[in-house]
Amino acid sequence: MQPLQIEDVVKSFGERRALDSVSLELREREILGMLGPNGAGKSTLVRTMMGRVSPDSGSVRIFGQTAPAGDTESRRAVGVVPQEIALYPLLTVRENLGVFGRYHGLDGSALEESVNKALHWAGLTDRAADVTKTLSGGMKRRLNIAAGVLHEPRILLLDEPTVGVDPQSRERIYEMIESLRERGVSILYTTHYMEEAERLCDRIAIIDHGRIIAMGTQEALVSQTIGGAREIVLDCDMAPGAAAAAALADRGASIDGTRIVIRAEKPAETMAEILAVAAKNALPIRDLSMKRPTLENVFLHLTGRELRE
Amino acid sequence: MITSIARTSWLNLRRDRAAAVLSFVVPLVFFSIFAGIFAGQRNSTSKVRVAIADEDRSPESKKLIDALARESSLEVRRGPDSKQPAIRFDARSVDEYVRKGSAPAAIVIPKGYGAAPFRFGGTSAGPRFRILADSSDPVASNVISGMLQKVVMTAAPASMIRAGTRELDRWSGGLTAQQKSTIEQNISTFEKRPAAEKGSGGTIVGIDVVDVLGKSKKNPIVAFYAAGIGVMFLLFTASNAGGALLEEAESGTLDRILSTRVTFTQLLLGKGLYLWTLAVTQLTVMFLWGALVFGLELRSHLAGFVLMTAATAVATSAFGLLLAALANTRQQLGAISTLVVLSISALGGSMFPRFLMPAGLQKVGLVLFNAWAIEGFTRVFWREEPLSSLAVPILVLLAFGVAFFAIARRLARRWEVA
Ligand SMILES: Nc1ncnc2c1ncn2[C@@H]1O[C@H](COP(=O)(O)OP(=O)(O)OP(=O)(O)O)[C@@H](O)[C@H]1O
Ligand SMILES: [Mg+2]
Repeated sequence: MQPLQIEDVVKSFGERRALDSVSLELREREILGMLGPNGAGKSTLVRTMMGRVSPDSGSVRIFGQTAPAGDTESRRAVGVVPQEIALYPLLTVRENLGVFGRYHGLDGSALEESVNKALHWAGLTDRAADVTKTLSGGMKRRLNIAAGVLHEPRILLLDEPTVGVDPQSRERIYEMIESLRERGVSILYTTHYMEEAERLCDRIAIIDHGRIIAMGTQEALVSQTIGGAREIVLDCDMAPGAAAAAALADRGASIDGTRIVIRAEKPAETMAEILAVAAKNALPIRDLSMKRPTLENVFLHLTGRELRE
Repeated sequence: MITSIARTSWLNLRRDRAAAVLSFVVPLVFFSIFAGIFAGQRNSTSKVRVAIADEDRSPESKKLIDALARESSLEVRRGPDSKQPAIRFDARSVDEYVRKGSAPAAIVIPKGYGAAPFRFGGTSAGPRFRILADSSDPVASNVISGMLQKVVMTAAPASMIRAGTRELDRWSGGLTAQQKSTIEQNISTFEKRPAAEKGSGGTIVGIDVVDVLGKSKKNPIVAFYAAGIGVMFLLFTASNAGGALLEEAESGTLDRILSTRVTFTQLLLGKGLYLWTLAVTQLTVMFLWGALVFGLELRSHLAGFVLMTAATAVATSAFGLLLAALANTRQQLGAISTLVVLSISALGGSMFPRFLMPAGLQKVGLVLFNAWAIEGFTRVFWREEPLSSLAVPILVLLAFGVAFFAIARRLARRWEVA
């Protein structure tokens, strides 16, 4: 039984279809990334899982149980981290955690213990007494996440938890989230940073215009879409002469001054051929590289658009 | 550069339709409300109500009452119930009538008024009129005492002077025909002269003004303002604090709260409880200040104060939630609450006592919960009515509170699930 299952969820706001027949499942102990551009429907999907958006049709199941919109009982095992910094700015760090812990039904020493644990986990123990609005952006983000795990949920839904956070602080957050996975939490991680999905997620769902257009591990996504083809980039010290250019063009190269780009179905062979052409025409090579295809390429391949418009 | 800054601000205002409309509508509404209140004052349609107890029950006293009733500025009540004209006031019931606030003042026509006629200066020991006044409305008792003088001296029996002349005739052993005609002439000139010239103050007709309310109070009008201003600010605080809900919806905190075990009804009730305690604290501070600085008698009215404060806080806190639930943005909330709070405060008697308003506006007050709150506090601190008299205001306030909460809960559904 999967921790979280979404089936055929459709949701429109007026004319605009935010979710168009979305199905996905979150597996035990995985980090499922949901990658999509602005307005793709990520937050709407997360809010549907939280029960804050009532789908026009389709269902949400949590550990096999249907979880209707607005029902908190079936969602006790779910923790939520909203896209915004959803904290009380005038309360201290500890007070904020205390408040949300209490709302989750904790009190007394259990509350105290879980607050301390969360503080430690988020690396905020020495800032516990500070007023929340005086924290740095990255710290606020960490606190925002910590406030979602006080009740030790088995499922955690994170909606772009690293927006506006610098790369180092982000790494800190990834470590926090990975430690949760080690503790057995199943995590849905929403983002529009492709690097983030690549770095952190076990599986990735790509969402665009309210539809899931591809889903799987990064390798699977690449092989499903781009296949074995790779892009080979050759940088020369001088522009290739007419003979060399003709030979390269024969192999489908596009030439732009000293840079030659070739899309190769069989990259190893093509690379050998390029080197041969270069040697034959005495073309001085500065750099030869084969790029590993990224999710960016996958997205471009699927939609014909860049992920970041 | 400066003009582009101004232009940007105008653009912003135009985007927020509600705020834009309100910033022009609010002043108009206020203008109209105050124009209504004060225009009504000078207007002949606004009459001063006066209750009259006739202890004399003579033809003369009846004449006097009829004459008073003909005065366009007075609304005369002869009995406590206009549907039962047979029941007339006596000195006691008229006193009670004023105490209850049903009329700002009453006239008691003394026994012997008809028999012992007109006396100059009111210095002799004869019967004197009594005006029972509610000093919260000093205008009314002055108007009534002036009217009484005028009516006694003019419409009221010239025949009384004639009666006096008859007595003079008897004592002096007979007036000549010429003397009689001179007196008769004088009487008719006297009748034609405006009242003001006939003597200043209460010197011609013997009138005692008795303050039936607030006699013992050091500073009675404070009770009014503590209630009026207190309730108005309660409304502002409540609507402001209710706005925290809007902030939470905008900041995603609402998402987070509703992802816990807290249900929406609990959340709303929790906010309501907060507003209630806030309101209770605010009113307590207000009245304590009144007691310390202005000598308001809080200690002797503690039970009534506690009851009224608790009930008022129920209504105002639910009202705050309702306003917050009505608005979509903080700006809208600001605009709506300014409009609503100022309007109902004006109409409900926070700024200007309701009994001085035209009758129509006074009726509007009956459907305003804040008017009932002020009424309740007035019954406690001003009229010193028994606690049982608070039952109606309290029930009305609680009913308003429940209704406001129910509507707010319904309106807030849009936050619950999208
Ligand atoms: N409450 C709402 N009312 C109306 N339209 C909405 C509402 N919530 C979302 N939408 C619309 O649904 C679409 C999907 O929005 P959503 O917030 O889910 O996107 P997102 O993928 O989270 O984008 P971002 O990366 O910018 O956070 C958008 O077109 C948005 O305008
Ligand atoms: Mg989003």
